[in-house]
Amino acid sequence: MTREIVRCDRLGVELGGVTVLRDLSFSVDEGDFLAIVGPNGGGKTTLLRVLLGLQKPVEGRVLVFGAVPGRFPEKIGYVPQRLFFDRDFPLGVREAVLMGRMALKTPFQHYNKADRAAADEALGIVGLSALGNRRIGALSGGELQRVLIARALAGKPELLLLDEPTASVDPEMRTSIYDLLDQLKKSITIVLVTHDTGTVSRFVGRVLCLNCSMVMRENPEGAPGGDTARQIYPYTVDLLVHHPHAHDRPESNVKS
Amino acid sequence: MNGDIFAFEFFRNAVLASLLASIACGITGSYVVVKKVGFISGGIAHTAFGGIGLGYYLGINPLFGVIPFSLGAAIAIGLLSRKAKVAEDTAIAAFWAVGMAVGVILIGLTPGYAPNLFSYLFGNILTVPTGDLWMIAMLDLLIAAVTWLFGKEFLALSFDEEYAEVSGVKTTLFYLLLLCLIALTVVILVRVVGIVLVIALLTIPAAIARVFSRTLGGMMLLATLFSAFFCLTGLWLSYELDLASGATIIILAGAAFLLVHAGRLVISSRRAR
Repeated sequence: MTREIVRCDRLGVELGGVTVLRDLSFSVDEGDFLAIVGPNGGGKTTLLRVLLGLQKPVEGRVLVFGAVPGRFPEKIGYVPQRLFFDRDFPLGVREAVLMGRMALKTPFQHYNKADRAAADEALGIVGLSALGNRRIGALSGGELQRVLIARALAGKPELLLLDEPTASVDPEMRTSIYDLLDQLKKSITIVLVTHDTGTVSRFVGRVLCLNCSMVMRENPEGAPGGDTARQIYPYTVDLLVHHPHAHDRPESNVKS
Repeated sequence: MNGDIFAFEFFRNAVLASLLASIACGITGSYVVVKKVGFISGGIAHTAFGGIGLGYYLGINPLFGVIPFSLGAAIAIGLLSRKAKVAEDTAIAAFWAVGMAVGVILIGLTPGYAPNLFSYLFGNILTVPTGDLWMIAMLDLLIAAVTWLFGKEFLALSFDEEYAEVSGVKTTLFYLLLLCLIALTVVILVRVVGIVLVIALLTIPAAIARVFSRTLGGMMLLATLFSAFFCLTGLWLSYELDLASGATIIILAGAAFLLVHAGRLVISSRRAR
């Protein structure tokens, strides 16, 4: 039987008195690769913050690994949309990735050899082994995004939450990040917030469409169709690129 | 410098105080710079003037009054901004002014003249008694131990607080702990450069060290060395030129800060050509 990783029942979230999410119900099973798409302000990032335990819902129930969000930080890897930090911050790439092991340690424990090996392994997965000693402020936008993914992977999480990881990278790096996620989905459950409605269809198992507090459609076929896009975006949408390849889609992840 | 000067206890104490204060300055100052909490540090330092007033009023060592006042200010400013959602600069400004006002009133209520008041405001490293040196050494130990124990939490808090929170770190708790370390460093530095000038010694050596450091640990070490250099050289200059020691230390540090960043600007503009 497939294990349920995330369950949201009639979830409602308000930010500053404004309803951002309302009556949202969905679940994510082990092995799923779920993409959450929708227009800006549609509540995508808020939903991720709820799953991370950073935002409390006003209605409904959320369970992550069967408990309230934030209960099992060591099982979750998180990739923020972007990282605002001082370029002069005295921190090496390897030390930044090591922070991904934080949830596995108690406050008095220092990082050990196993932690450093895991950080190096994560850097290898994202193809940045050669940059381990570089200062974090010296990285390009694409390299930094990969470091954030490596940091999320360093703790060997069961669930990977990514918030628009391709928002600030060039098309080549975008493809490369999706190829990486395509590899990772074999071993990790992934929830991805993205605007790349065309590109994601080749990689993900399911697509959740969010617009201003409601789920418009949970597409069982693995890609949002043109109709769905027109429904959820508050402006005219033509889906120009949409080539879902049957062999690219993991059959095990497709809900029917 | 005349070698005979070391024969005097007050001068040996001044040198020791410079070195010991630099340890706290290097460690805590690095966090102040990377976490960008310089203004909070200034607020804590000025609130501590209330503690000096309390010390005079009760007739005890004013530093014993500074400890509760600076710790109280650190926790109150931190809680107000994090929990009560009061704008941080508003909370700082309120404590800054109220702390000074409490100090002025308590000193006014104290009968007679307030000796050495000027040295608490602007520092006088030549008046540090041996007892205060022991207190500074203990506080150094405490600051170093807390930093060693919670170094990875403080680093995560400074670099990416949201990620620290997601990783299960009690960020508000560690933020308050960090502010308490700053408060204890203020206690130490009051003797060296005084309440008004504390903020400079908490930020300038670390800000210069950051330019040359690849790790936070390296930055702390370098900031400690820079701070010791500024304190000792400032002490020597003040002795030779008969100037106020605290102010001389700060002017020296400020000049080095400007020089380093001017040099950096020149180098980056040459590279850009």
